[in-house]
Amino acid sequence: MSMYKRALLFIFSVTLASIGFVSFAQDTVLKLGSPISEEQLSEFDLIAGPDGAGFPSGSGSAAQGKQVFDTRCAACHALTGEGTSGNTVLVGGDMHSEGSPLRTVGSYWPHASTLFDFIRRAMPADAPKSLTSEEVYQVTAYVLYLNGIVDQNTVINRETLIAIEMPNKDGFIDKSQVR
Amino acid sequence: MTQEKLERVAGNGLLSRRHLLGMGLAGAGSVMTNSALGADAGLQIPSWSKVPGPGASGYGNRSSHTEYMQRMSGNPNPIYPGGGASRSPLAELQGTITPNSLHFERHHAGIPDIDPNMHKLVINGLVRQPLVFDYEDLLKYPMVSKIHFLECSGNSGSLLRPSPADGSAQSLHGLVSCAEWTGIPLSALLDEAGVDPAAQWVSAVGADAASMGRSVPIDKAMDDVLVALFQNGEPVRPEQGYPMRLFCPGWEGNISVKWLTQLKLTSESSQFRDETSKYTDTLPDRSSLQFTFPMGTKSLITSPSGQMALNRQGIYQVTGIAWSGRGSIRRVEVSADGGRSWADAEIESHQSDKALARFRIPWEWSGGSAVLQSRATDSEGNVQPTRDAVLADRGRLSTYHNHCIQSWAVNSNGGVANVYV
Repeated sequence: MSMYKRALLFIFSVTLASIGFVSFAQDTVLKLGSPISEEQLSEFDLIAGPDGAGFPSGSGSAAQGKQVFDTRCAACHALTGEGTSGNTVLVGGDMHSEGSPLRTVGSYWPHASTLFDFIRRAMPADAPKSLTSEEVYQVTAYVLYLNGIVDQNTVINRETLIAIEMPNKDGFIDKSQVR
Repeated sequence: MTQEKLERVAGNGLLSRRHLLGMGLAGAGSVMTNSALGADAGLQIPSWSKVPGPGASGYGNRSSHTEYMQRMSGNPNPIYPGGGASRSPLAELQGTITPNSLHFERHHAGIPDIDPNMHKLVINGLVRQPLVFDYEDLLKYPMVSKIHFLECSGNSGSLLRPSPADGSAQSLHGLVSCAEWTGIPLSALLDEAGVDPAAQWVSAVGADAASMGRSVPIDKAMDDVLVALFQNGEPVRPEQGYPMRLFCPGWEGNISVKWLTQLKLTSESSQFRDETSKYTDTLPDRSSLQFTFPMGTKSLITSPSGQMALNRQGIYQVTGIAWSGRGSIRRVEVSADGGRSWADAEIESHQSDKALARFRIPWEWSGGSAVLQSRATDSEGNVQPTRDAVLADRGRLSTYHNHCIQSWAVNSNGGVANVYV
């Protein structure tokens, strides 16, 4: 092979490689996801965060929540929220008590948003997602009332819920950046 | 082979690794000899060698003689239908890969029966374009296969209780397993949706009845997290998240959300129930650690282990598993005298990052009492702590994320039990 042919082949190969690379980057990366709008996800997306994002419209008070709680929740959590087993206690506890503290919504949970988020996605355990948004607000209010955090006529909605300061709000150390 | 030629490397009977089978010491077998034949009987052709057996089948089953190997599950909890856990039979398993049927389970509302043709994976929130993916489409993406352990952060928690439970490797530590996970790097799917620079977290939600959710930091999500579709070569088992699960290598098991159906990019964590009320650790000053992600450097002798019985004096192969959420296992030391002296165990060389490693060391039991321990060191230099060190560091108010050294006491009758030293 002459020098000339070699040089030509080299240029040809480099050109091919460049084309090949561009082609790989642009054409072989699959993009099979279908566009969807947040509006189309409004029933699907149940994430309700501490910043207020993701909460549905609606509201409720503890006075309204008592009936829902008594019929849908009390079988496991008891009428008073004192629970029927270790994992179902919703009220009481003191993080600074002697011995191992009783960790409940009132004594331990740092954010009120978590209460709404969890009830809406996972409760009642035998029929999750069977409560309406109004009922979730009402039960959220009632559990907060049982813990002495709101009074029975406080209206709980997106704005008032995320404004609530839970007793243990400063009780957590974020380790998420520790690798 | 005589006793005098055994090379002792640490107290109370630990022997050099070179006495392991296949490591250049043929004579070890003579010390370990058990009579396989009856004293007088010659060896006969067995009955199964005289009749043809069943032929090939469409789906394989294990030997009927190994059906005793079962996951150990608690009693059903009527309060939480489908909730609970089952534990891998660690003492009966060898190597480092957990068979799918014996991989540990933890469910918060049971196992959903998902039709893959109806299942959707949504990416929304702080992205250029929210997207929805079908299962069939996801199968077309380039995939990677990685061997990784998975460990529930509640594993081994009972060791921090005041008195030692009468338990086995399975009952005390069986919430760890290891598999080859095959799937799509999460970064590829997030790139397709276009990550907004304001996104700091990815909230992952499952399609189970609990819609279990966890928040994953974006840097982890863009690093080594998979949307796993296959487990040891077959589609992910229903109890592990069929048709797909998140898999966050090295991190507490709960964050590898099963039955994955939503990934929402957010600027703050979502503060789900299972990252606030649960899987958090309260310290003596009553503050609580949240988002403890990497699982600690850890090892465990699986044989001999709790509730076993040594039925003869002589040489035993001490073996177990080691793992770290921060890298690979560099070293495992074993003690037979409760931590007074240590010897290096042999580690199988084909181990990978954030995966189980198998270690072995020969040990001569002469009929006395012994306390067997193992201590792992990972590739980052992290050393597995003693139980006392863990308790001094974090107190007794919570039991997640425990990776302390396990002590197995061998008594003069050969019984093996969980003890604290």
